[in-house]
Amino acid sequence: MADPAPLLRVEDLRHHFDVTLPAVARLLRRTPRARLKAVDGVSFSIRRGETFALVGESGCGKSTLARLVVGLYRPSSGRVLFAGRDLARPQSRREATALRRHLQMIFQDPYASLNPRWRVRRIVAEPLRTHRLVPNSAALRERVAELLAQVRLSPADAEKFPHEFSGGQRQRISIARALASNPEFLVCDEPTSALDVSVQAQILDLMKTLQHRLDLTYLFISHNLAVIYQMADRVGVMYLGRLIEIADAEQLFAVPRHPYTRLLLETIPCIDAVGRERAPAGGEVPNPLDPPAGCSFHPRCRFANERCRREPPELLDLDGSLVACHAAAEGRLPPTVAGSSCSTIA
Amino acid sequence: MTEPLLRVENLRVELPGRRGVVTAIDDVSFAVAPGEVLGIVGESGAGKSLTGAAIIGLLEPPLHLVGGRIAFAGRRIDNLPGEAMRRIRGRQIGMIFQDPLTSLNPLYTIGRQLIETIRTHLDLAPASARERALALLHEVGIAGAERRLYQYPHQFSGGMRQRIVIALAIAANPRLIIADEPTTALDVSIQAQIIALLQRLSRNSGAAVVLISHDMGLIAETAHRVAVMYAGRVVEIGPVREIISHPRHPYTRGLMNAIPRIGGGRDRLCQIEGAMPRLGEIPAGCPFGPRCAEASDACRRWRPQLLPAAGTDAACWLYARMPAPTGEVVNG
Amino acid sequence: MSSIRDCGLTACGWALADLVAPAAAGRPGALLRRIFDSDLWWSFRRSPVTVAAAIVAFVLIASSLLAPWIAPHDPFNLASLNLLDAEHPPAWLAGGSWRFPLGTDQEGRDMLSAILYGSRLSLLVGFPAVLVSMVLGVTLGLVAGWRGGLIDTVIMRVADVELSFPAILVALLIDGVARGVLPRGIHNEIASYVVIAAIALSFWVHYARTVRASTLVERDKEYIQAARVIGVRPAKILFGHLLPNVIGPVLVVATINLALAILTEATLSFLGVGLPPTRPSLGTLIRNGNDYLMSGDWWISLFPGAALAALILSVNLLGDWLRDAFNPKLR
Repeated sequence: MADPAPLLRVEDLRHHFDVTLPAVARLLRRTPRARLKAVDGVSFSIRRGETFALVGESGCGKSTLARLVVGLYRPSSGRVLFAGRDLARPQSRREATALRRHLQMIFQDPYASLNPRWRVRRIVAEPLRTHRLVPNSAALRERVAELLAQVRLSPADAEKFPHEFSGGQRQRISIARALASNPEFLVCDEPTSALDVSVQAQILDLMKTLQHRLDLTYLFISHNLAVIYQMADRVGVMYLGRLIEIADAEQLFAVPRHPYTRLLLETIPCIDAVGRERAPAGGEVPNPLDPPAGCSFHPRCRFANERCRREPPELLDLDGSLVACHAAAEGRLPPTVAGSSCSTIA
Repeated sequence: MTEPLLRVENLRVELPGRRGVVTAIDDVSFAVAPGEVLGIVGESGAGKSLTGAAIIGLLEPPLHLVGGRIAFAGRRIDNLPGEAMRRIRGRQIGMIFQDPLTSLNPLYTIGRQLIETIRTHLDLAPASARERALALLHEVGIAGAERRLYQYPHQFSGGMRQRIVIALAIAANPRLIIADEPTTALDVSIQAQIIALLQRLSRNSGAAVVLISHDMGLIAETAHRVAVMYAGRVVEIGPVREIISHPRHPYTRGLMNAIPRIGGGRDRLCQIEGAMPRLGEIPAGCPFGPRCAEASDACRRWRPQLLPAAGTDAACWLYARMPAPTGEVVNG
Repeated sequence: MSSIRDCGLTACGWALADLVAPAAAGRPGALLRRIFDSDLWWSFRRSPVTVAAAIVAFVLIASSLLAPWIAPHDPFNLASLNLLDAEHPPAWLAGGSWRFPLGTDQEGRDMLSAILYGSRLSLLVGFPAVLVSMVLGVTLGLVAGWRGGLIDTVIMRVADVELSFPAILVALLIDGVARGVLPRGIHNEIASYVVIAAIALSFWVHYARTVRASTLVERDKEYIQAARVIGVRPAKILFGHLLPNVIGPVLVVATINLALAILTEATLSFLGVGLPPTRPSLGTLIRNGNDYLMSGDWWISLFPGAALAALILSVNLLGDWLRDAFNPKLR
């Protein structure tokens, strides 16, 4: 029986970066203090065993959110609760370190996420050493061999350096390292974006297998909707630091509600749409330093009205999906047109 | 059958290194008709970017062309001296690089870069060149061109910069455009705009496009024909619809099955075991042999040429009619 | 394409640390094989200038370190000096003898032995000075780059101030203070340590700046973030993860600084504020010889000068090669 309480809960998380110019330059140019609101009030929860995907384009804040969840940044306001405990305010230093065991991360760049000077054994063993999970070096070797075998690498690979491996293999080493401390929750920040298609298939397959075998929960971040379609149970769509739609994966792809979600699904190049004629919507993601007032998507939205320009919408429940859109809430959105996006073709 | 605009025959590019000479592009042949969009698709290390660089004569030493020929509009261009090639480059053949950030000189206004390019290739007075620059900006969809001529690259967003790069590439009305991963560095919603732009430009001016990408979805929507590259060779070439729906070569089949698609079942993606061999470690015979489920003895010994395979051309012994003991194929 | 990148990654930046690893794992045979197989060795062999410089440097350094065993006389033993032997010219000139191949100075010291012992002294001051300044500079650079903020500002401003003084001046200052504070007898005893400290305190800035810059770059890389996510303590991240990745340029700077350190010590001694004159280093020898140049005893100054020049030049050339070998763009 699945545990009903969520494993991870994010409450009204906000994080901003101070991008003010240094004092002298600021005085000379007379610019005010500038703050980049990377994450602007995000709330969601993830159940144990689920794969929750975050999708969005550059500047939407998904990478920042990933780092907030895993504790690399301290949020400016809001809370991240892991198994009920606030990550930013642990009871003791020991608890802080203990929490780290259960919450790990896989990074995007397979070339930068492994220390090029260390051998693979030392890389994979680092969590074991840090948390003192093995009694002696013989047990360490054994555990490292076990972890490597789990990601379909050979134990002999422990002696090599990262540069002797291909991108896909390095990502496997990353996964082995992340699993070393037996975590329950993995944050995966675009784990296959830097990999070739055939290698991506291998890694995604591995991740799915490991999830079933080890009962893992994933926060999966990507800009590639097709990959998310393969991996996710639930999906959150981000735009300029806010979540604008949260829905079950099947529902999101079949009946996208928010205009931005529709735009995304319409514009991704679709392999099944040979020779499709396009009339893509114009506009680009606005500058995050100077976001539009009201709903941040309104400059690009066909359905924007006066209210959209003034009032930022809240996430409201619409037939099982959470959507932050006035047009959707007011019933002004037309139903999805068949053939307009990949999911509705064929 | 019209004469192809670009004909590449048996192209061979080598890289001398400390441990010997490595073949980066091995006997690659294809042709591009006027107005056609040919996609070159492959994974990293397959040699697709190098092919584009070789065509336009921008191979970085110590890479160099050692064999084959490249003919453009009937004239051979691979053996031209530097000055002659420079005149063709930009004027007849335009190039769009991957990263718009580094393709533009950050120190000059885009107006200056545009006008300089125009005047280099077309003999125009400064005023006419400026007119043409404005027209180009308008054509690639940059609003307020008058004002923006005086702005610097960093004042534009990524998508805008790529449009400027495209404007530079088409400034002299080239007959062939080589686009090397033109949308990889851009956001998804911008990619669509850039691709629509390329399609429109190609149709309006009749220019042929060689579109190099690892993104099969992009190629599917944009190209007429596709060449699939693997380990420096073309393993399959044919109409895009055929390649996607009925791939013949086992690698192409594996590739198509490994691509995640929206819609349909969410079961496991098909994988191809192993990885593409590195340049210095390409096995004898068919380079895909070690990873191929249908490899035979012939595949390990003799390297297949492109053979007709009912719809596409595939470099695979499966499609040989009557392989002779020496490995030569007799096509009945 | 990936093999090109592999070439760039494998040998260029980190060959030295790379090579040591098998030895550390207890397999010296593999280490030798890796040395001769590496790109570093290949680029070394290809450059005749570098090979020549390496040979010269090796000969000079080895012979000076072995001075107590191979020098024909002991120039520091005041009792063995005989004033009658003073100012003999080199062996191949009239009036010279092969007992003193390069002649003798004004006190009867054999020049060859004096040069050997003097170089030894210079190296025994130069190496530790470079080592101390490296340790100091690297640590401060790491801390400044990692912590940022106030600590970074303070360290860097101190460095800026120090850089605005010429190294010799700083060394002179420290040396002068030491002389003033310590009684003469003790000062002579620990003169070499004072000189080491003086040189170290003026050179640490170079390392600190380089390391800080590299640290700022590496700090945001994902393997460091991964270590933080795992929960590794900052000190361990600094010295376990960051240090091996920022040390490359430091080694190059250190080689060049060695030459500079020897030169600085020579200058200090030449100016009379370095090592005491009873145990002359190369600089002191040159200084002493200076007084006799006009009277025609050119060998007292020239040979130590030539030895110093050869040593510094060869070490500098080695440093140049090391820097170029580490730069992937030049290959």
